[in-house]
This record gives sequence, structure tokens and C-alpha cells, in this order.
Amino acid sequence: MHNWNDINGDFHPESAMDFLPREQLRRIQSQRLSEIVKLAYERVPLHRGRMDELGVKPSDIKSIDDISKLPFTQKSDLRDTYPYGMFAADPRDIVRLHASSGTTGKPIVVAYTREDMEAWSSSVLRCLAMFGVRRGDFMQVCFGYGLFTGGLGLHGGAERMGCTVIPASGGNTERQLMIMRDFGATAIACTPSYFIHLVEEGENKYGMDFKKLPLKIGVFGAEPWSEHMRQFMQKHTNIRAFDIYGLSEIAGPGVGGECCEQNGLHILEDNFYPEIVDPETGEPLPDGQEGELVLTTLNKRAMPILRYRTHDITSIINMPCPCGRTIRRIRRIGRRSDDMFIIRGVNVFPSQIEVGLMRVEECTPNYRIILERQKDLDTVTVEVEVAESCYGDSVSQLDALRKKIQASIVNIVGIRVEVKIVQPNKIPRSEGKAKRVVDNRKI
Amino acid sequence: MRLKQISVFLENTPGHLEGVCKAVADAGVNLETITIAETKEYGIVRAVVDNPEKAAEALKSAGYFAKIVEVLAVEVDDKPGALLSILKKTSSAGLNIEYMYALTRPFRDKPVMAMSFKDIGAAEKLLSE
Repeated sequence: MHNWNDINGDFHPESAMDFLPREQLRRIQSQRLSEIVKLAYERVPLHRGRMDELGVKPSDIKSIDDISKLPFTQKSDLRDTYPYGMFAADPRDIVRLHASSGTTGKPIVVAYTREDMEAWSSSVLRCLAMFGVRRGDFMQVCFGYGLFTGGLGLHGGAERMGCTVIPASGGNTERQLMIMRDFGATAIACTPSYFIHLVEEGENKYGMDFKKLPLKIGVFGAEPWSEHMRQFMQKHTNIRAFDIYGLSEIAGPGVGGECCEQNGLHILEDNFYPEIVDPETGEPLPDGQEGELVLTTLNKRAMPILRYRTHDITSIINMPCPCGRTIRRIRRIGRRSDDMFIIRGVNVFPSQIEVGLMRVEECTPNYRIILERQKDLDTVTVEVEVAESCYGDSVSQLDALRKKIQASIVNIVGIRVEVKIVQPNKIPRSEGKAKRVVDNRKI
Repeated sequence: MRLKQISVFLENTPGHLEGVCKAVADAGVNLETITIAETKEYGIVRAVVDNPEKAAEALKSAGYFAKIVEVLAVEVDDKPGALLSILKKTSSAGLNIEYMYALTRPFRDKPVMAMSFKDIGAAEKLLSE
């Protein structure tokens, strides 16, 4: 058998779908869509109810162009049907569960059949192929292993590729650096901010020179990151840094990724069909126009998701890519249409911070959340006005109150936040919906 | 002797102290002594003025939180060990000084310290003995 992995370049047999003629791809998409809609309608009450409301029958969906007839699925739908309400497969056919980091009360549970697992690892493999990862690479996966899809998702794809996978999981910087150096990792997968942390710690604390390591490919995702960060990483190390996109609700990592051009992310649209809609009206927008990314799983059996509102803002690049792939690209995602923000890979909702604040009786509802990026690491500062009686005469009392508020928030969101007690009326008041989040991060 | 001091919560950023001084000045109130206790993010301005009520009102309408707090004005002899002997008295009585500062104007030719106690009554009684 020919060993494809010895071929120079980013082609892999499983990547064939990336290069299909558009007409052929459309036929596959159309066929898959009609099948998945039928499955969703028959097995998932929520999908059936929504389609009935719109008067759409599975038989109305004949081609991929009919997709805009279908109802949207919102994140709240997945939460409302917790834990198993969106499943379409017999429990005996489900071989894996994951759950989102959704710390707003209940997580979102997602499921995979054996076929889904194959499709998922194949999707991750195709992304890795775009990045130039090959059999023979030592892939250090430092996304968290567990309910989070990041760790095991990358793991499955890298193993399928034939990499030597190092399942380092998250945290313990010193150990990560030791493994990276001693095991000779040639590729690494983690959040971009964690990699920057690794580089800084390695250089400053342990005198490591990343340019002398065999590390050459970085696979980064789970949070928005900038070209500035890419340049920083590529300057301090010998890696090429690639963006991988995904979300648990759709599959996990591997929905799309950058090719060697590093100019937009190819969406694996035979598996995940992308649309851009107006975030306000839901009206589909033409390729090239910026709006909210909506994704439909075209071949997920355990949990088919129709037109999922990702809240990620981007646009579709419908121009031939010099890499030769025919699957379309999206621009890198820098912001989201809802208020949810991602800090160091963790999804945080303003409402969670509010719950933390409100557990401290001295707090008023006048608060805002300031997001900043210092040395490429995201920071959260919560500014809050406290009850009149607290603006007393004692610095130590105020400081104790500040610490109490901080502990209460950290307890809920699980990440470090700074709390700043501000003077009364400092927080701008709004007549409509309060603007809770001020995002000063330049991405 | 008890003294009325105004305490104002401020963010530790440029311009805020200026705002306080402006509000007080516009009200025609004279600042006699002013000190700042600060942390990284915020501070508390403590001031002795000729009309604390008027100052507090002016500050409130300018959007600041001003509180009138009673502190003890303690005369201290102008010689080595004078403060020490006062501190010996308070500490042996178990009275903790929350903070203190020197007033800019002497009283009866003696320096005066403003001292804050949790139990101002007990301190007043002790130090007037």
C-alpha cells in the first residue's frame, strides 16, 4: 500500500472531500440534508414541533438550497431539553457523551454514535492535514480531557492520523514544558493564550529556547485570537500557528480549520453546512457579507442539529483558495453576537457574574464587566457600586468587601476575575438593555 | 475634643481629587487638613473643614459619597515621647487606633492629632483623664 503520509504537502486520502468539484459537493450536501432532516423530524420532538409550526415537511427538503426553509436551533433549546431531549439515536447506539462548559446552571449534553465518532475524528484529521500534521508527528494535546470536547476531540483526530499522541491534558505548566522538551513534541494543541503562557514561562523561568525545540506546528482554538498573537507565537518559536474551529453543540473541534494559506478557515461543509444570517432578523445573507454563522450537521446521527445559531460573527469567503480546496472558508472569528464572552477558553455569561454579585448583599445591580488583554492574556474586571453604607471611612473594610465579592464570583464562573468597587453613579446607566460588557480586547 | 471629619470614597485615578476640592471650594468651604488613605484602586479622602455639613452636601450633589465621621482631636506636647505616652495609655486600655493624622493648625500652640477609634467615647474619656 502506498504510504500517503510520506507525501510532502497537505493532502491526505481522507481530505479528498476538501477538493470535490462544487457540483458534486452540492449533491452530497443535498442528499445528506434530506436524510438528516427526516431523521430529526422523526426522532426529535423539538425539531418536529418547530417544523410543523412553519409548515415544513421533510419531503420539502430536496436540495441544500431548501435549508433556509428550516427552523433555527438555539442554544437555549439544547439547555431546555437537558439532558437527552435532542438525541435521535437509540441509547444502545450512543457510544460517547460530552458536555459543554456551560456553567450557567446546566450544561449541554451532546452524543455520538460510533459512526459519528468516525466522522468527528475524520474531520479533526482533515483539519490536522491542512495544518501539515502527519504520521510521525508527536502531538502534545493540552486541551482538557474529559467532558470538554477539546482534549478527546483532538486526540481522536491525531491518533487517526497516526501521530504519536501525548495526552498531556490541561494545566501544570512546568510539566507541560518538560514533556514538550523531553518527549520531543513536534506539534501542540491548546488555547492560544495558554501557549503564549507556556512560551513566556519557558523562556523566563526555565531558560528554554523554543527555537531549539522540534516543535513546528501549533493547533489553537477554543477562544478568539488575533494575528498579533499569531505573529508573537511564530516569532518566539519555530511553529506555524493554525486556527481550528469547532463547538460542542455541532461536534467539537474540527468543524473547520486554516490551510497553509492562513487566510480564513475552511469549513468541512460536507459535514457541517455553513450559512450567514442577519443576527437580528435571521435572514440569510449572501457570501461575503458579515453576519452570524449558522451551522447544520449534515451527517450526525446521535444528535442532528438544524441551523444552529452560533452567535459567532464572520463572513463566508467564496473565492477559490490557492491551496486548491473547494470547500468554502469563513473569516477568523473575533466577536460574538450575544453577550457571552470567552475568557481563556471558558465561556462566561454576564448573568453568571451577576449571580455572584447578587449573593453579596452589599452589592447593587450597577455593575459592568471590562475585558482586557494584557500581554496576550485575557483579564476580567468587574466594576461594581456597593450600598451607600459601605462607602465608609475604612479602607480595610472596603478591601474585605472587595475580596468577598471576588470570591463569590470566582466561585461561580471558575476563573479569576478582578473586582473594583467604584464610586456611586460611576457605572453608566442605560434606559434600554444595560450594556454589561465592555470588551477592550483588540483581536 | 471631638472633631467632625468628612470622609469621601474616591477612585484612585487622575482628576477625582480635583473634583472633590472643586466641589468644596465652590461651596465656599475651607479645607483645613486633608489626607488620603489609598489602595491600588481607590482611596478615602479624609478632610477637616470649617463647615462639614455644607461640604458633605456639596460633595453629595457633585456625585461623591461623603460621610461625616467623628474623630478625636488630641493635643500632643511638642517634645520627644509625647505621642508615645498617649499610645501607651490607649494600648494598655485595649483601644485600637484605626488611623490618625496631624492637623495642620496647632491648638493652643500645641500640635494636634486627629485619631479614629471604634469606641470614641471610651477613648475620649481615657485621654481626658
